[in-house]
Amino acid sequence: MTKKPASPPADDAVVVRDLLKVFNRGKPNQVDALVDVQLTVRRGEFVSLIGPSGCGKSTLLRLIADLIQPTQGSVIVNGKPAHQARLDQDYGMAFQQSGLFEWRTVARNIELPLELKGWDKTRRRARSREMLELVKLPDFAGHMPWQLSGGMQQRVAIARALAAHPPLLLMDEPFGALDEMTREHMQAELLRICSETGTTVVFVTHSIPEAVYLADRVVVMSPRPGRITRIVEVGMGRDRTELTREATDFFDRVTDVREALRGAELGAQARGIEDR
Amino acid sequence: MTEAVTVKRSVRLRRALMYPLSFVLVACAWELYKWLGPPAGGKVLGMRLLARTNDRAMPHTWKMIERLAHPEVRGRSDAIWLVVSRATWYSFRVALAAFVIGVLLGLVLAVVMVRFKTAERALMPYLAISQTVPIIVLAPLLATLIININKGLVDTKWLPVMVLGVFLAFFPVAVSALKGLQSTNAASLELMDSYAAGWWKTLFKLRFPAAVPYLTPALRLAGASAVVGVVVGEISTGLRTGVGRLVLSYGQDATSDPPKLYTAVFGAAALGLVMSALVVALDKLLRRNLPPEPV
Repeated sequence: MTKKPASPPADDAVVVRDLLKVFNRGKPNQVDALVDVQLTVRRGEFVSLIGPSGCGKSTLLRLIADLIQPTQGSVIVNGKPAHQARLDQDYGMAFQQSGLFEWRTVARNIELPLELKGWDKTRRRARSREMLELVKLPDFAGHMPWQLSGGMQQRVAIARALAAHPPLLLMDEPFGALDEMTREHMQAELLRICSETGTTVVFVTHSIPEAVYLADRVVVMSPRPGRITRIVEVGMGRDRTELTREATDFFDRVTDVREALRGAELGAQARGIEDR
Repeated sequence: MTEAVTVKRSVRLRRALMYPLSFVLVACAWELYKWLGPPAGGKVLGMRLLARTNDRAMPHTWKMIERLAHPEVRGRSDAIWLVVSRATWYSFRVALAAFVIGVLLGLVLAVVMVRFKTAERALMPYLAISQTVPIIVLAPLLATLIININKGLVDTKWLPVMVLGVFLAFFPVAVSALKGLQSTNAASLELMDSYAAGWWKTLFKLRFPAAVPYLTPALRLAGASAVVGVVVGEISTGLRTGVGRLVLSYGQDATSDPPKLYTAVFGAAALGLVMSALVVALDKLLRRNLPPEPV
């Protein structure tokens, strides 16, 4: 629709332009969820969205997923309007709650998006086996979700999100309900999975270290009205290990994001204390 | 592993023994009261509550069982257990049909109400009111109505009886299915949305399976209601072939042949038991993949 001939859309996984999202417009409880949002996510890039609650980070993710409609502006996913991208299942999604269907086995949970695409059973089985290998749960195909731990359930949810091999993965605080140890382990696993599959990721979180550890760029947002206040380039390369968490670069970027967040919160007068 | 299996087996055996044991216990209680209770009945707080224990009011349990072997009416060849079994089998089929149709009707109504908010507001009051109509009144009315409509058809005597069963059975299913279908969590709906799954696919792949925990208690109720509807329907429409009618007509012979009534009561009880066993099996089938219920 509003493709810009200047930049070939194939290079960008997500292009958000002049986005405005207002809830309950014209009513007393009107909320300006997002104002003037510009965001481009390159193919293969890992972008974290961070900000205090109410900053619209989840709203932005849902707009990219075409689960809600923008009030104004455009969202281009995979070179097409977000709506078309959703119909084509160009992205997979994972939420804080794994959202596995408890009446389906692990394998059949992973196969759900393929089933909806009309794949036949043999093809589905082969793909779910492949995905279980990818998330390192090859022996759990026949288990029921409630027999797995929280971290394992999230792995299955990631496997389900990637089952159709979408180029884009949208994640809304997927590790938010996990304990710290499992969480760090899952972060490393996610990075491995993404580098193996070449998937682009937009990742919503409110953990600063998580945002920095995972992302190439951290998008810092602030509330009332929800908007992007700063984009922090992490610039530590894609090869991240447990040692990354102890590197000076890592702490510097964490500090950058923290200050950007604080700055966003306190506004102009707080900017003075940001100088180190 | 094997230990767990043996434990399970012994538990199952114990459970299986519980059923006959409970029958024996009821029989013992009956005989005990008959032995100890006041022969002419008694009053509790001024009300006649205690049953008479003479052989006419409370025949011995072995007399009832003995009675099963004798013919229904002197001179006829068929033993009464055969007559009662036939009638019970007939009623069972009508009740089963009532149950199946009632459950389907309940599900369809629930789906319509989930799909269209207006339908929910329009239908719900009528559904609630429908359950306040006494079926004893409704039964003859329905019978006349259906017989008048279906003049040409040969055997439709069972139809009003079945309709009564349906009338009682659909309600718990409709109400619980509606609640169950509406209980689907928002994240799962969003997930189906992200797969661009349509309303019907979401209904069958998500809403229905998610509604199962709400549905199974309603199925138990519906099974019991179908039986009650059919037995009461038989009594009040005078359908001769069913076990409900046998209870009534054997009751009229109670003065001369007291144990006879109880042979029909056995049939009615068996009807209820078989139906509830079926519903429990259905329940197990539906819940087979769900997490075990907390004990």
